[in-house]
Amino acid sequence: MEYDPKHTSTVVLKPFSQSHGVGVARSVSVDLNNDASLLIDIPDALCERDKVKFTVHTKTTLSSFQKPDFSVPRQHEDFIWLHDALVETEDYAGLIIPPAPPKPDFESPREKMHKLGEGEATMTKEEYTKMKQELEAEYLAVFKKTVQVHEVFLQRLSSHPILSKDRNFQIFLEYDQDLSVRRKNAKETFGSFFKNMVKSADEVIISGIKEVDDFFEQEKTFLLDYSSKIKDSTARAEKMTRSHKNVADDYIHISATLNSLSVDDNTALKKFTNVEGRVASDEELKLTELLRYYMLDIQAAKDLLYRRARALADYENSNKALDKARLKSKDITQAEEHQQQCLQKFDKLSESGKRELTSFKGRRVVAFRKNLIEMAELEIKHAKNNMALLQGCIELLKSN
Amino acid sequence: MDPSLSASDIASSTKPLSEASSPPVMDLLSEPASEASSAPMVDLLMEPASEGSSAPMVDILSEPASEASSAPMVDLLMEPAREGSSAPMVDLLMEPASEASSAPMMNLLMEPASEASSAPMMNLLMEPASDDLKEPPKPDIDPLADILNDTPLSEVKTPVAAMPQETPSDLFDDEPSELFAEPRQSNTAKQQQTSIFDEPDEDLFSEPLGEASKNPQNDFFKEALAPVAKASNVCGPLSDNYNEHPTDIFTEEAMTTLPSAVSTVSVNSKTNGVHSDEEEPDIFAEATVELSLDSPRNDRKKKGAAKPSAPAPAPSVSASASKPQPKTLEELEEEVEDKFELNISITNPEKVGDGMNAYMAYKVSTQTTLPMFRSKTFTVRRRFSDFLGLYEKLSDKHTPNGYIVPPPPEKSIMGMTKVKVGKEDNSSAEFVERRRAALERYLQRVVFHPSLLQDPDVREFLERDDMPRAHNTQALSGAGFLKMINRATDSLSKMTIKMNESDVWFEEKLQEVEAEDQQLRKLHIMVDSLVGHRKELSVNTGGFAKSVAMLGSSEDNTALSRALSQLAEVEDKMEQLHQEQAASDSFCFAELLADYIRLLGSVRASFDQRMKTWQRWQDAQNMLQKKRETEAKLLWANKPDKLQQAKDDITEWEAKVTQYERDFDRVSATVRKEVLRFEKEKARDFKKQIIKYLESLLQSQQQLIKYWEAFLPEAKAIA
Repeated sequence: MEYDPKHTSTVVLKPFSQSHGVGVARSVSVDLNNDASLLIDIPDALCERDKVKFTVHTKTTLSSFQKPDFSVPRQHEDFIWLHDALVETEDYAGLIIPPAPPKPDFESPREKMHKLGEGEATMTKEEYTKMKQELEAEYLAVFKKTVQVHEVFLQRLSSHPILSKDRNFQIFLEYDQDLSVRRKNAKETFGSFFKNMVKSADEVIISGIKEVDDFFEQEKTFLLDYSSKIKDSTARAEKMTRSHKNVADDYIHISATLNSLSVDDNTALKKFTNVEGRVASDEELKLTELLRYYMLDIQAAKDLLYRRARALADYENSNKALDKARLKSKDITQAEEHQQQCLQKFDKLSESGKRELTSFKGRRVVAFRKNLIEMAELEIKHAKNNMALLQGCIELLKSN
Repeated sequence: MDPSLSASDIASSTKPLSEASSPPVMDLLSEPASEASSAPMVDLLMEPASEGSSAPMVDILSEPASEASSAPMVDLLMEPAREGSSAPMVDLLMEPASEASSAPMMNLLMEPASEASSAPMMNLLMEPASDDLKEPPKPDIDPLADILNDTPLSEVKTPVAAMPQETPSDLFDDEPSELFAEPRQSNTAKQQQTSIFDEPDEDLFSEPLGEASKNPQNDFFKEALAPVAKASNVCGPLSDNYNEHPTDIFTEEAMTTLPSAVSTVSVNSKTNGVHSDEEEPDIFAEATVELSLDSPRNDRKKKGAAKPSAPAPAPSVSASASKPQPKTLEELEEEVEDKFELNISITNPEKVGDGMNAYMAYKVSTQTTLPMFRSKTFTVRRRFSDFLGLYEKLSDKHTPNGYIVPPPPEKSIMGMTKVKVGKEDNSSAEFVERRRAALERYLQRVVFHPSLLQDPDVREFLERDDMPRAHNTQALSGAGFLKMINRATDSLSKMTIKMNESDVWFEEKLQEVEAEDQQLRKLHIMVDSLVGHRKELSVNTGGFAKSVAMLGSSEDNTALSRALSQLAEVEDKMEQLHQEQAASDSFCFAELLADYIRLLGSVRASFDQRMKTWQRWQDAQNMLQKKRETEAKLLWANKPDKLQQAKDDITEWEAKVTQYERDFDRVSATVRKEVLRFEKEKARDFKKQIIKYLESLLQSQQQLIKYWEAFLPEAKAIA
C-alpha cells in the first residue's frame, strides 16, 4: 500500500483480504439473507486522485449470466447510474431501492495530511511520524468505508428478489468493458434539482391529504419522526466522534512531548506515552466504527422515507387525476381507466410498500441489535485494554 | 589511689586489645603511670585506627589539636550552651529518657566550657593522670550501675555527639529510637562499666572487643559521664573541687565532674604528643575528636554519622570564620526536614467583603513537631496578596544568593473578578478551588525547602495572627511598575553579558532547563487543549445522549426502544465521566505543568543570579586591573602623593575581588545544590502526579467498563 499525500494518491487496497479490525462486518446496516445464487463482493479498489476504481466480483449460479465467476472494473459514477436507473424504473416504485453509496470523500484526510506536512517543522520527529501514521490509518478507514458502502449497495440489490433480476443491474455486473455512463450534464443536474423541489413541495401538499390506510398513516408519522431524530442523533454522534478524535489527537501530541521531556527527565514517563498513544488509536478505532454504523443506519432510514414519500405522491397524483376527470365529466372512461390504473398501481405499491416496510423494520431492529452489541463489546474491549496498559504503566512508575 | 595501681589497671584492661592489634598501645602503655589514666582513651583512639574502621578519626588525630581549636568550633559549642542554658540541668537529668535531656547534657558540657571554669579543669590538667581520675569511679560502683539501669548513658553519649552540630533536639528526634534500638550495646556497656570498677583488671576490654569496636568508646563516655549523671542525681550540692576531695566526687556538682571527664580527654591528647597549652580550646578540639570517634562507631546510620563528623573538622580546618557554618547548618536542617512532620493545608476559602473590594481568605493550618514553632498546630487566615507578599520577601532575600524560591500562582484578574462579582457558578467555584490547591502546593514547596523554612518571614506567615497587609503586590501598582522596569533591564543585561562559562555543568544545565521549559510550555498548551476537547466531548456526549433518548422514545420496537434509552443513560454517564476526567486532566496534570513552568522560571532566575555575581566579580577584576595600571602610571610619573591613594584603592579592590569571587563561588555552589534538589523534587513530584493522573484515568476506564457491561445484556435482549 503506497501512499503519498502530496502527489497522486494511489492506494491499492484489498480491504477484506487483510483483517484490520475495521472491516468487522460486511453488512453493517443490513442483514442480508444471501442466497448462494448471486454473490457479489469488491475485493479490490484502486484510488487515483479523485477517482476510485472498484473491482466488482460476482459469483453466480444463475443462468442469466454467461459465466459463473467474473470481475469487472467499476467507478463510483457507474454505481450512481445504476441507482438512478433503478429509481426511474416505474415498476419499482413500490420498492425500497437501496440508497446510492455516497461519493468517496478523501478530501478531509488529504487536507489534514497536507496540513501535517506544513506543520512538520513545529513537531518533533516522533510526533510527526505518529501523526502521519494516525492520518494514514484514518485515510485507510475512509477508504475502506467507501468500498464497503459500495459493496453493501450491490449486495442489497442482489439479495432483493425483484431488483436482483433487473437488466441494468445485470449489465452492471457483467459487462466487462468500461460502462462509460453518461455523466449528468448541467441541465440534467438542474432538472433533477428542480424535480426534487417539486417533490418536496408536493410532499407538503400531500401531507394535508388524509391517509386511507392506517398502516401507512402510522408508518408515515413514525418515519417522519424517526428520520428527524436519527438525523439529529447522527449529527451528534458525528460531533462526539470528532471531539473524541480531537482528544485522541491531543493524546498523541502529549505523549510525543512527554516522550521528548522524558529523555532528560524520567525514563518511566516513556511508558506513559505509549499508553496514551494506544488510548488514542483505540478510541479512534472504536469511534469510527460507531460513526459508520450510524451513518449507514440513517441512510437506510432516510432512503425508506424517501421511497415512501414517493409512493404516496404517486398515489395522490392518481387520485387527483381521477378527481379532475370526474369534475370535467369528460373522457370519463379514460379517466376512470386511468384512475383504475392508478388505484391498481397504488394498491400494488401499498402492498409491496407494506412488505418492504415490514422487512425494513425487522432489518433495522436486527441491525441495531448487532451494532449495539458490537459497540458495547468494543467499548469494553478497549476500556479493558486501556486499563491493562494503565495498570502496567502505574506499576512501572511505582517500581522505579 | 596509687598511680601504679591504675597503670596496672589499664595495662590489664588493654591486654585483649593488644592481642587484637596494636603495638601503639604497647607504646603508650610503656609510658609511665603518671599518664596512665589517659591510656584507655588512647587505646580507644588507637584501636579503631589500627582497624582502619574510621577514617575521620584518623584525620582528626593527625590534625593537631591546635588547629581544631579554632573559633568556629568554639562557636558551635557555645551556642547551644546559650540556647539551652535556661533548662534546669538537674531536672532534666532526672528524666534522662525524655527528649529534652540532650539539652542539659549539653549544658553540662558547655557550662564548664563557657563559664565554669577552666579552673577545675586546669587543675586536672596540671596534675594530669594523677589518681583522682581513677579515684572517682571506685566508690561509685553500685550507684553507677544504678545510673546505667536508668539508661542515661546511651543518651549521655549522644549529646556529646550532638553538641558540635548545634542542633541537639534535631538529633534527638531520630536518635533516641536508634539508641534504644540497641539496648544490647548499652547493656554490655553496663556490664563493662561495672566490671571495670568491680575488678579493675582483665575484663574491661575483652568483652567490648569481641563485640564491636564501639564499646570501648561507649565505655569511655560512660566512664566519663556517669559520674556526672550520678553526681546530679545524688547531689548534695557541692562541696568542692573534687581534686581536693576525690572521694567527695558524688556530692559535687555535675559541672565540676564533667570537666574532669573532658579533661581526661585533653590529657589524652597530651599523651598523643599534642601541646595542650590552651586547655580550653583543647577540650573542644577533643570534642571534635570525640564526635568523630563516636560517629563511626555508633550504630547510627551512615547518614547521621557521616555528616556530623564531616562538617565538624571542616570549620576548624578552613579558617574562615563563620561562612561554612551556616552551610553545615543547612545540611543538617535538610536532614531534619525529612525527619520532621510539617503538614500545611489550606482550607475554607471564604469571600470577605463585597464588590470589587472583596477578597478571598484562606485558612492556613499547620501541623508540626518542629521546635521552632510555638505550638504543634495552629491556624491563620491569609489572603491571596499575603501569599504574594511572602514570595516577594523571600525572593528579595534569597534569590540573590542563588536559591530557587518557589513562585506563587499568578494573579488572575479575570477569575477573581468573577468571584468578586459573586456569581456562585461553577467556573468561579472551580477557580477558587484551583487557586486554593495552587496556594497549598506553593506553601508546601516553601516549607519543604530547608533554608526557606528557616526564614523568619515564613514562620511569621504561618504563625502570626495579624499579618500586616502586604503591599506592592498589586498587579500594576507603582512598585509593580518599577519591578517591571527592573525586569526589563535585567533581561537586557542578560543579553549583553557574555559569560565565558568555566563550568560545563552549569552550561549544560541551563540549556537543559531552557529546553525543558519549552517542552513544558508546549505540553501545557496540549493539555489545555486536551481539557478543552474533553469538555467539548462531554457536551457532545450529553447531546448525543439526549438525542438517543428521543430516538428511543419514538422507536416502535419496545426492546430496541428500551435499549436505546439505556444507551442514552450510558451516554449520560459517559458525559459525567468525561467531565470528571477533564477536571482531573486539568487538576492533576495541567496544574502540575503550570507549577513547573513557574518553577523553571525561578530556576532560571537563580542561574541569572549566578551570572550577575559573576559579572560583578569580573567588573571588579577589571576595576582592579585599571587601578593597577594607574598605580603603574603614577609610579612611572613619580607622583608619590597620589601613589598612596592608588595603593589604597588597589587594596580595596583586591578585597572586593576576593569578596566577589567568594560570592560567586558561594552562589554557584548554592545554585548547583538547589538545582539538584529541584530536580530530585521534580522527579518525585512528576512521578507522584502522573501516577495519580493515571490512576484517575484507570478509574474512569473501570467505570466505562462497568457501564458498558451493564448495557451489553440490554443490547442482546433486542429481539
